[in-house]
Amino acid sequence: MDEKVGPGRRGRDLDLIEEHPILDFQHGERVRFFFDGKEFEGFEGEPISMALHANGVRIYRETAEMHRPRGFFCAIGKCSSCFMIVDGVPNVRTCITPLKAGMKVETQHGKGNVPEMDERRRHS
Amino acid sequence: MKQVSTEILVIGGGAAGLSAAAEAASAGAKVLIVESDLRLGGQLIKQTHKFFGSKDEFAGTRGFKIADILLNEIDAFKDSVSVLQNTTVTGFYIEDDTFTAMRGEEEVFQIKTQKTIVATGAQERLIPFPNNDLPGVYGAGAVQTLMNVYGVLPGKRVLMVGAGNIGLIVSYQLMQAGVEVAAVVEAAPRVGGYWVHAAKIRRMGVPILLRHSIKKALGEDIITGAVISELNEKFEHVGPEREIACDLICIAVGLSPTTELLSQAGCKMMYVPQLCGNVAQRDRTMRTSHPDFYTAGDASGIEEASAAMVEGRIAGLSAAAALGYPTEHGKIDEYWGRLESLRMGEAGARICQGIECVLVKGWEGAAHE
Amino acid sequence: MSEKSIDMLFNSGVLTGEREGALLPPRELWEKKKGGVVVVECPQRIPCNPCHTSCPTGAILPFEDINNTPVVNWEKCTGCTLCVSACPGLACFVIDLTFSKENALYKLPYEMLPLPIKGQKVECLDREGKVVAEGTVENVTQPRKDRTHVVHVSAPKNLVTVFRSIRVVK
Repeated sequence: MDEKVGPGRRGRDLDLIEEHPILDFQHGERVRFFFDGKEFEGFEGEPISMALHANGVRIYRETAEMHRPRGFFCAIGKCSSCFMIVDGVPNVRTCITPLKAGMKVETQHGKGNVPEMDERRRHS
Repeated sequence: MKQVSTEILVIGGGAAGLSAAAEAASAGAKVLIVESDLRLGGQLIKQTHKFFGSKDEFAGTRGFKIADILLNEIDAFKDSVSVLQNTTVTGFYIEDDTFTAMRGEEEVFQIKTQKTIVATGAQERLIPFPNNDLPGVYGAGAVQTLMNVYGVLPGKRVLMVGAGNIGLIVSYQLMQAGVEVAAVVEAAPRVGGYWVHAAKIRRMGVPILLRHSIKKALGEDIITGAVISELNEKFEHVGPEREIACDLICIAVGLSPTTELLSQAGCKMMYVPQLCGNVAQRDRTMRTSHPDFYTAGDASGIEEASAAMVEGRIAGLSAAAALGYPTEHGKIDEYWGRLESLRMGEAGARICQGIECVLVKGWEGAAHE
Repeated sequence: MSEKSIDMLFNSGVLTGEREGALLPPRELWEKKKGGVVVVECPQRIPCNPCHTSCPTGAILPFEDINNTPVVNWEKCTGCTLCVSACPGLACFVIDLTFSKENALYKLPYEMLPLPIKGQKVECLDREGKVVAEGTVENVTQPRKDRTHVVHVSAPKNLVTVFRSIRVVK
């Protein structure tokens, strides 16, 4: 399955900054990925959080005890707020994990379940 | 598990780390930089404003360009400086004198080094208020990453909590990105950041409400607004509540040095309020109580980029010298001169007080058990 | 206004009157200088000196201590706006009182979008962002080619101690 789409149309449907007085943005390849089974687009090589944010997704997980929604907070991999299940593996720091074409990102409920090696290969 | 070894390990590739690596490499040492983010440059790459200071501190140059300058400097030492990006140093094991590091979910490294410079920077603090954990409450640095590094709109209307340099600068940057800044609330009776940063946004119509803070955030699953009110001298909420409609609450209430690795190495730490947290004792060479560990930048005390770069150079130079590499005589004194210069302003007095608490003249006996 | 509220205003970044680092040029000289002279509003001691290092005529004096507030010799100022562009705090403004009988030419730093164009009308704002007049853009320059633009706006002369920012209405 061809999971890469060409750079073409520049972010009309993504919440991107079109014009900036100081900066020029260079985005990588625009690719398809999955969030909770739905197909979205993002830029390969940029953190998963950025792609989620650009698609209007703010809620990444739900806490174990009080079922509170959590999302992005520090962006430098130090706070654990942004943990999600990525390609079957939980507690992935989506703020510093680069997006890959075809990646499966899921809302994490509670502490997550670390799969066995074989289980994970079957899942992805 | 990959085994990696080097002469000088620099943990953190931001202003301090890059400066340390450049200095150590120019003395001839073999350097490995390990950086947890996807790109090198730390907080520098997010700064669109022009830096202050003097020519030595790249005054007048935009922060993100300074990162490029440092990277170019390191590029000249391609053969002796290696970089592991998107790799987090996960611990230091004293018994084995070894670091572990991880990239992604499966790639694990064991790192052996002769000298280590901990330039791990800092992390956002958070003040307590109901719903402060909801998506939409973001650290100011995180908002900068979204809009300045990856060109993503962080929100439509923001409440900025904190009027230190970060709060004021990020408010300005939010406006440059096309986001409306509803207000800046600051608990103190004056802005903590540079007056000119405040003036810039005031004259664009952004209210800076002194003696105000956020009382609670509003929203079910994500932020839809905030309630603010005035504070009395004891920082208690008094006066009428005011609701601010916003979809983003940006927290810029201060930073905390990231120092776990230094604690793991057994370095003598001290809580210093003027440096914003727990930091390592150090001598003039930026060496800690552990003879092989150095510290520089925000990890050694919250200050700012210019000081971080000079401290990085002192640490890099010292680590290389400790390994026997030839270094210019008097260079450390020159760098301290620059630090003293930077610290002569208003904010500098507090930093100097803090440094006095943790700067030791020398280490007695066997410096490390 | 009470002394306490003046303090609170200044403490939130609003200049409430002249002080060291934020002095007005002597009026007689100012009224004669074609091209205008710089008005610096930098009342706080911070380590910074690009205003001096960017000045080609030495009008902004060298800093004995880099934390000193800037001092201007307006005789030497030519209103070139290099400092307006160089100042990291956007604290320098050039105001030309010789522009016309009613209007002065205000040359202000600008780093936002949209960038206005010559002939466009813009809102003139005071130090708290309140609209005090409508002005006309006479020119837009980029003195150091580094994305800090200087917008030249003609607006009433009596706003000389008040008008410091523009809003470009889309």
